[in-house]
Amino acid sequence: MDKKRILITGTRKGIGAFLASYYADRGFQVIGCSRGEPEWEVEGYRHFSLDVSDERRVVEMFAVIREEYGGLDILVNNAGVASMNHILLTPCTTVRKILDTNVTGTFLFCREAAKLMQRGEFGRIVNFATVATPLKLEGEAIYAASKAAVVSLTEVLARELAPFGITVNAVGPTPVKTDLIRSVPKEKMDALLERQAIRRFGQMEDISNVIDFFIKPESNFITGQVIYLGGV
Amino acid sequence: MAADSRITNALFSAIDELNDIRPQDQQLEKSLDTVLFGQDGKLDSIGLVSFIVAAEQKIAQETGRSITLADERAMSQKNSPFRTVGTLADYCSILLAEGE
Repeated sequence: MDKKRILITGTRKGIGAFLASYYADRGFQVIGCSRGEPEWEVEGYRHFSLDVSDERRVVEMFAVIREEYGGLDILVNNAGVASMNHILLTPCTTVRKILDTNVTGTFLFCREAAKLMQRGEFGRIVNFATVATPLKLEGEAIYAASKAAVVSLTEVLARELAPFGITVNAVGPTPVKTDLIRSVPKEKMDALLERQAIRRFGQMEDISNVIDFFIKPESNFITGQVIYLGGV
Repeated sequence: MAADSRITNALFSAIDELNDIRPQDQQLEKSLDTVLFGQDGKLDSIGLVSFIVAAEQKIAQETGRSITLADERAMSQKNSPFRTVGTLADYCSILLAEGE
């Protein structure tokens, strides 16, 4: 069987870097992107440096994927930014930045990936939600709202893309020890973990486990679902 | 308006691509008169989406230019540009001319 082609966004560091290496190790053809070049190297990995909300650059990248890989099987929309702040202290520039990356970026990649996937009548899209949305975390208003939009997008796209054999699901991680939560005070983190059914930080493997489930060929009847980790 | 041959080629090429995955009894004819959508149209809404995606890609390959066929403007036209291959070719010509 041909190697599956997987595109992962936000691969420069954190969860995205882990996923790129994880799927390359498992024989996938891995394509990734982020605003900067990654500081790591994995055989069989191809990187594009771009902003996920830059439509022109994103469309150009997908044209290269179409030409050089002949299509795409899986998209993992991992790229995301967060900013912890009280609403009274949140500048509009921060709001736009978060919405651009988390919502516009996810939308753009879903759209362009689905264009490639629909030709093969097979596709798996996995978006990234967050437990901050169902937990209604104070200080995370815009981040949680942006990810609520991603959940809505996931649910509606699942229906729009089902006729093309494309499933669209989302994984909602708990906090994982990455740069995204580096600046969050420890007592806030402890309070958050207390609200999970299973009170620990998420591991990278917890996330790849859910993605593995969504992208399996046998998961062709699973779409429009959000799996939150930790029992949230 | 006479359709630019590059546009006609692109749209016929999009029809080829669509025909590859359509049953024999639902093949689209490569003609400017082929009715795509609406009364007596050969495509349902999902088929039209696939055709527009293929057409945008083929036009980009043929002309080196990227156009968006299904925007608010296309949807608000009194006469749908997606009615026949010919009307779509004319609409593509207008979009490409505007971008020059």
